[in-house]
Amino acid sequence: MSSLTAARALKPIGTAGSLFAFALDVGRAVFRRPFQFREFIQQAWFIASVTIVPTALVAIPFGAVIALQVGGLVAQFGAQSFVGSAAVLAVVQQAAPIATALLVAGAGGSAIAADLGARKIREELDAMMVLGIDPIQRLVVPRVLACMMIAVFLNGLVSIVGVMGGYVFNVIIQGGTPGAYLASFTALAQMADLWQGLAKALVFGLIAAIVASYMGMNAGGGPKGVGDAVNQSVVITFLLLFIVNFVMSAIFLQIIPSKSG
Amino acid sequence: MGVDVKIEGLTKSFGKQLIWKDVTLTLPAGEISVMLGPSGTGKSVLLKTLIGLIKPDTGSVVIEGVDIASCSERDLYEVRKLFGVLFQDGAMFGSMDLFDNVAFPLREHTKKSESEIRNIVMEKMDLVGLIGAENKLPGEISGGMRKRAGLARALVLDPEILLIDEPDSGLDPVRTAFINQLFIDLNAQIDATFLIVTHDINSTRTVPDNIGLLYHKHLAMYGPREMLLSSEEPVVRQFLNAQTIGPIGMSEEKDADELAAEKDMGLPPLPPIPMQLEPSNGIPRKYQRPPGAWCRENGVTPPPGSFQADAAMAPGGMKADPTKAPH
Repeated sequence: MSSLTAARALKPIGTAGSLFAFALDVGRAVFRRPFQFREFIQQAWFIASVTIVPTALVAIPFGAVIALQVGGLVAQFGAQSFVGSAAVLAVVQQAAPIATALLVAGAGGSAIAADLGARKIREELDAMMVLGIDPIQRLVVPRVLACMMIAVFLNGLVSIVGVMGGYVFNVIIQGGTPGAYLASFTALAQMADLWQGLAKALVFGLIAAIVASYMGMNAGGGPKGVGDAVNQSVVITFLLLFIVNFVMSAIFLQIIPSKSG
Repeated sequence: MGVDVKIEGLTKSFGKQLIWKDVTLTLPAGEISVMLGPSGTGKSVLLKTLIGLIKPDTGSVVIEGVDIASCSERDLYEVRKLFGVLFQDGAMFGSMDLFDNVAFPLREHTKKSESEIRNIVMEKMDLVGLIGAENKLPGEISGGMRKRAGLARALVLDPEILLIDEPDSGLDPVRTAFINQLFIDLNAQIDATFLIVTHDINSTRTVPDNIGLLYHKHLAMYGPREMLLSSEEPVVRQFLNAQTIGPIGMSEEKDADELAAEKDMGLPPLPPIPMQLEPSNGIPRKYQRPPGAWCRENGVTPPPGSFQADAAMAPGGMKADPTKAPH
């Protein structure tokens, strides 16, 4: 009985281990020729097509909320001219990579998990291995790279749309001055923040794709197993994202001292 | 052509559940073998172990000097090129039409031109009777057609070993008879080693050179067709003749009470052994043995009426030439 409890308690660790081993397998397969360029383009196009519109729509209120909150707060200190800089910092450094990752995981990742899961239960993956083709190299690597690339591009989209949303709300609704909003952009934010945002997006795209692929390829037990795999892949990705985001932010703050206005 | 598959001491369990243990047999090169067993005895697991999709706990599967159970991933992908596998539902790639599905191994593994690929694919599609359906998606066709398409894909690289998982599930009796005849003709043509996993008794009695029976977590018997069909071993006898009397019950094994109740019942006599199916062009296969040869060599008297063209339960027997029968 005790061994049963122990086995149950240790199961998540085993899963984490095999997820990591899977990530290493993918890393090794990235360098194996031939590279599946066609699959990569198709997947990148697919992920972009399901994420662009929702991402843009999420980005507008993100920028707006920051502008409204910060605007109301700093107005009490008479520091209204710094709203622009706060919005840029918050959007570029935190909001953009997170919003990107949530959508890449929620829309792209769930589609990847469902696709691979369906292939798994229909024995397509087995058939592929039997035909002498490694599904990790053939299917997973293009998806992971496509996810990373699209995450970086979406990060740029969210940054721009978010800052524009902040501008609209600050200038039009709160009556801020356009010049001050634009001029204060570089007061707190610096170039390194942009790189940080891009690096985060890259890592989040990687995590979303790896978790989704792992869950899909290990789906079992018929159609219900595929549903479970999709569900778990989204939940696990979200959990990992927030932890990794915290760690990466902490590291960046240590390496790059924040600019004091 | 065709290669031996040597299986030794194979054991597999999932968690605490033992699937089978100590399975030892050799699939002779170029011959057709059938693996039988009640539902849920791990026939498909055995098949997947042979191609290295599932690693056994102990034991070895040796093909051309490579042990599939312990070789490196790279060797495994090389050895797999010798195999053609037909999965239960055909396992077609859902995003491609049938033509691309069948062409897939050629495009991945060979440098053939598109017109050469077209010729080979159409030849295999013709073989399984799917000409005209090559632009359909797997989702648009029936299960039987998917199965035949899967067979075309398995054949496209001219395999040395063909593994077939339940070819007759979901097929009507006519299509089953056709697909059985197709296996015999294919074997005559390419001399590959065949392993067919099934529980269709009719096919088992007429198609293979060798029969194996998995039962109660071990290999109960494996040997030439005539050896099993004339066997008095209770499990083999019960299964091959689809009887209720014997050690196999509805749920795996019968309990002692049920067995005791049956003890006094006389077993029905063994039905006659039917003729083996022959290639449709009449030219015997390379490894085909004359009917009754095993029985004569081993001094076993086959059940009365065996090896006659009109033997019961022998759809293929009708075609055979009655003058060839030994009686």
